[in-house]
Amino acid sequence: MTTAPQTLFEKIWNRHIVRPETSETPAVLYVDLHLVHEVTSPQAFTELRERGLKVRRPSQTVATMDHSTPTTPRGRDGIIPVPDVQAQAQLTQLETNCRDFGIPLFALGTENQGIVHVIGPEQGLTQPGMTIVCGDSHTSTHGAFGALAFGIGTSEVGHVLATQCLLQSRPKTMEVRINGTLRPGVGAKDIILAIIAQIGIGGGTGYVFEYTGSAIRGLSMEERMTVCNMSIEGGARAGLIAPDQVTFEYIKGRPRAPQGAAWDAAIADWQTLVTDHGAVYDATIELDADVLAPMITYGTNPGMGIPITGTIPTRNDMTDEQSKAGLEKALKYMDLSEGQSLIGKAVDVVFIGSCTNSRITDLRQAASLMVGRTVNPKVRVMVVPGSAQVKKQAEAEGLDKIFVAAGAEWREAGCSMCIAMNGDQLKPGQYAVSTSNRNFEGRQGKGGRTFLASPLTAAATAISGVISDPRDIR
Amino acid sequence: MESFKPYTARYAVLPVENIDTDQIIPARFLKTTSKVGLGEILFSDWRYNDDGTPNPTFVVNKPEYQGVEVLVAGNNFGCGSSREHAPWALQGFGFKAVLSTYFADIFRNNSLKNGLLPIIISEETYQKLVSADAEAAGEVEIAVDLATQTVTLPDGEKVHFPIEPFAKYCVLNGVDQLGFLVSADDDLTTYESAHAARVNTAGLV
Repeated sequence: MTTAPQTLFEKIWNRHIVRPETSETPAVLYVDLHLVHEVTSPQAFTELRERGLKVRRPSQTVATMDHSTPTTPRGRDGIIPVPDVQAQAQLTQLETNCRDFGIPLFALGTENQGIVHVIGPEQGLTQPGMTIVCGDSHTSTHGAFGALAFGIGTSEVGHVLATQCLLQSRPKTMEVRINGTLRPGVGAKDIILAIIAQIGIGGGTGYVFEYTGSAIRGLSMEERMTVCNMSIEGGARAGLIAPDQVTFEYIKGRPRAPQGAAWDAAIADWQTLVTDHGAVYDATIELDADVLAPMITYGTNPGMGIPITGTIPTRNDMTDEQSKAGLEKALKYMDLSEGQSLIGKAVDVVFIGSCTNSRITDLRQAASLMVGRTVNPKVRVMVVPGSAQVKKQAEAEGLDKIFVAAGAEWREAGCSMCIAMNGDQLKPGQYAVSTSNRNFEGRQGKGGRTFLASPLTAAATAISGVISDPRDIR
Repeated sequence: MESFKPYTARYAVLPVENIDTDQIIPARFLKTTSKVGLGEILFSDWRYNDDGTPNPTFVVNKPEYQGVEVLVAGNNFGCGSSREHAPWALQGFGFKAVLSTYFADIFRNNSLKNGLLPIIISEETYQKLVSADAEAAGEVEIAVDLATQTVTLPDGEKVHFPIEPFAKYCVLNGVDQLGFLVSADDDLTTYESAHAARVNTAGLV
């Protein structure tokens, strides 16, 4: 029997159907791996307790502390202090919940703790062909491995805890093809910011992206994670990249990667996880990597991005009244003008971190520009590794010494100033170049103003104190 | 969740596109472990001045909008973070429905799970609601009926809105989806017996 050509998405989706979609009810979709953190889970555990339900598969669930955790240095006792009473209560609640329901927990200060989307891949838990969910919109990150991974709300966290399943209507598919080859100084972050600038932040709503093309194939796993991470900023709940040799090499030997005969069987299976020739996507968009410049945002959503060499759009560039009003509101908040160039604009803070850009290759890139240089003394530069393991690796390579010698802060792992709920935040009116994923009003602190960019652009800006094109740092 | 009853309500307009969930409820308020009390911090950074006093120019702080139960907002409402605190805060404030030309996926899902109706309207309907509000701020009413999937506009025109049959059934009858999933246990057990677990987190840490 021959089957019709299928997209990568269809192959993964079909493998996880517990009960098919009907005209009356959505599909019941099986979840292979559930990632949990302290902020979006407490109310779900409460729901389980109230209904007398257990966690169905604790061994397919793992929890970490990342969002509200401090990234300040450890005390002499080796413990990271949590001065915020409410944050401490939330962390304690997660500990209680994990203990009561039998869920493994990477607690604050332990050797494998870190941002939820950094630790899954790091532990070898994230594998091709899986379904992965988390109460966090950047769960799309794990799609870099050819896993169908998406963010869910707290009600759904409860659904998955109790049943290991979700009710889902089948999304549409969009091929996002990145042709050509990236030029030096241009990276994964620039690809995804350019895509979102092209389609807008609602452009992918209802779709799962599949990133294809030569530029994607040329990316490391860390870079692929950066691209998939921000799929949600284009409105898509998930982004996929078909697994290949780069994927397999990344996974091999990690703590929970398959071993021995199971590894060989896994590889044989994972190699089938590609979109078949002749399979049809619901939509396709393309981008040419050859002409891509470093990207930076100027406004208050991730779609408001321009090449760093360009200028902020004007009202006349906008096609409708809502967009004109949106531009005006954003520029008022940012205290910028239409038509303005951003190069040379002074900033107060540079933040290098977040689930988008806090992995070892991101830190290596930033360090490659900072080595032997000092950051501008007017700028506070924070480097926040994505996990305790990333921190350890960076220190083994001496990257921490490069950052500290340059005048940057080297901190403990966590979400930190990306979401600014742990005390790491901008002051009202401050400008930051940030490697994170959201530049919404107040996202990095009430009244704070964010320019999203790559680790290279962030490092170049840290050195000069003003927004700088990393290709100009010699 | 309570079952849905048709209602007539006054509305407020927030004519801003791409209102993200960080605006609906800023992240610094997410350190709670409960759903209670979030209505008071809805739209906190827009609604309150730096000293904590209400910003008199923000729509729901104006006297004529006290007691509104429906929000009409610009395109792509609820984008960004997956926090379900956003619909909890909207409901906590007293909103029963949000009308917009477009909703972000996760927000829409989260809202329906709590009985907060995300009602998709056309650009034309949106403009009509904005105009009617401009003429009689906070006084005009709309009627919402889920059974017939209609909104009755201030001028009496009835417009139809889309909603998935299952979500409609759940909101209409106050049925929560977890109960439905738990009832799928037979199929789930069959699935699990045919598919070995793909990963094992036991003993990690």
